[in-house]
Amino acid sequence: MEAELKEMLNDLDSIKQSLPDPSNLASSILKLQSRVEHLTKLAKSAPVRRTKVQDMSAEVVDSNPYSRLMALQRMGIVDNYERIRELSVAIVGIGGVGSVAAEMLTRCGIGRLLLYDYDKVELANMNRLFFRPEQVGMTKTDAASQTLSDINPDVVLESFTMNITTVQGFETFMSSLRNKSFRPNKEGSGVDLVLSCVDNYEARMAVNQACNELNQTWMESGVSEDAVSGHIQLLIPGETACFACAPPLVVASGVDERTLKREGVCAASLPTTMGVVAGLLVQNTLKLLLHFGHVSPYLGYNSLKDFFPTMEMRPNPQCSNAACLERQKEYLLVKPARDAAIRAKMESEALSVPEGPLHDDNEWNIRLLDDIVVYMLMIYSVVDDTEPERTGATSSDALPEGLTRELPTADEFQKIPVTEPATTTFDDIEELRKQLDALNAD
Amino acid sequence: MEGWDPNTKSTLTQIPLLTTKAGPRDGAAWTTRLKEEYKALIAYTQMNKSNDNDWFRISAANPEGTRWTGKCWYVHNLLKYEFDLQFDIPVTYPSTAPELELPQLDGKTQKMYRGGKICLTVHFKPLWAKNCPRFGIAHALCLGLAPWLAAEVPVLVDSGMIKHKDDATSTSES
Repeated sequence: MEAELKEMLNDLDSIKQSLPDPSNLASSILKLQSRVEHLTKLAKSAPVRRTKVQDMSAEVVDSNPYSRLMALQRMGIVDNYERIRELSVAIVGIGGVGSVAAEMLTRCGIGRLLLYDYDKVELANMNRLFFRPEQVGMTKTDAASQTLSDINPDVVLESFTMNITTVQGFETFMSSLRNKSFRPNKEGSGVDLVLSCVDNYEARMAVNQACNELNQTWMESGVSEDAVSGHIQLLIPGETACFACAPPLVVASGVDERTLKREGVCAASLPTTMGVVAGLLVQNTLKLLLHFGHVSPYLGYNSLKDFFPTMEMRPNPQCSNAACLERQKEYLLVKPARDAAIRAKMESEALSVPEGPLHDDNEWNIRLLDDIVVYMLMIYSVVDDTEPERTGATSSDALPEGLTRELPTADEFQKIPVTEPATTTFDDIEELRKQLDALNAD
Repeated sequence: MEGWDPNTKSTLTQIPLLTTKAGPRDGAAWTTRLKEEYKALIAYTQMNKSNDNDWFRISAANPEGTRWTGKCWYVHNLLKYEFDLQFDIPVTYPSTAPELELPQLDGKTQKMYRGGKICLTVHFKPLWAKNCPRFGIAHALCLGLAPWLAAEVPVLVDSGMIKHKDDATSTSES
């Protein structure tokens, strides 16, 4: 259809040019006529697009796109489902997880979606959900907008085709999050939640930086390179660990250049794992935004064992991110009041459930150790300086059989004497640039 | 660092380390960092030249020093293979390393992300993370790009993915 319209514009153009030449005019008009007929046929066969809906109705009829969602209210799960139309969610990375999350939120009738990606749709993406082969070559943001606006025209879509890790892209990212034109009286930033669905460390750090600076709650998601596990994580600046507080494991493997040769970068991916992670991510999003159920601070998914670890991570007081430290300070100031409020609520709720030991005797001194403790022992080196056993004593460093530490013990960085080459070095940036250019010249 | 060849190791110890932890959004602190970057690059280039191991040219493509362009080359079987080199300084620099790009090799090797970004995950990123903010652009070239070229160029040449420029012209002439 687009091609036809483009051709028609061309024809119109040629008519304009041949106006003084009547012989050409007739044939041009004939051509145009046939194109219009063709278009009418196309329009007839084109799928019907539903019109926008003013209010979400709970009426149970086949034609109501929101009846099943509004039923959540009748079932007592959600207090006010219609609130979702006021909410804005930004999705960074429209790949295997992001695109599916975007579709889920669109079908839920979210008010506004902001989509960020700089990639194009490729045939290699077809093992995942959402994108279709005919969209190959389109930018992921354009292809997503196309599909999503067809599914639910009520959603306001804004797409940004750019890389948020570059200086310019980051500024655009920040200002798009700040923009409050959708709901001017909203407190804080212009979005209610940022979902990070990116596939690399650099982009996650950029989202982390933006959200720490804007004091913006966000959720991180990820699927492992081998496609069999994933995780989602809730990050509230100052309150929970930020992404820089507990950086992912970096194992310096001391590689020989030759061994680096042929392992390939091409990561595996499965529509199943990505769909599950997108589902977990959006479920947590709905719970957070519509206030129902328990919002998981971290939820892992190990598909080989069907193991779903959960845990909480507090912020690292020595975090390398300055904005994170600022948010931590602010949070500590308001914490006592918040804690008191929560305690009061808990006390009023849990009036008097007698709490005693389940078993009076414990002959074998059996303790329940959460799976998660074992899991964390396995994958995280616990950064907690209040933990006495970790300080020095090598005996307690011994791990149970079968467990190994992924992180190397802290390397002593060989102190290389910083030999400031005799103070007369150039300290002007232009001079330095010229010096390098001179070296580059020959 | 165990596992690295002694040459790389000794070269590395002679590149001046950086001290300022600042990224392109940090104003004056970034200028200080940029000066340190220049000093390290100058020292590294001089060292390469005096050791007869000159292998790259790089210079800032904008006044802010956030985009860099240049060339790098690798000699394999006595033939020199040269590639364009470019990268942006990410907003989260130096917490995250620059993503070095060789756009001409995009799509020619598996050890590369889209846009010609070379894969640094295993052999370089952990070192960068551990040495933040002491490592800079010069270190990224020395520990990230150099080993990548050493590993990839021979494979690319042997598999016929890339041709020497003389070869390419002679075949097109014939």
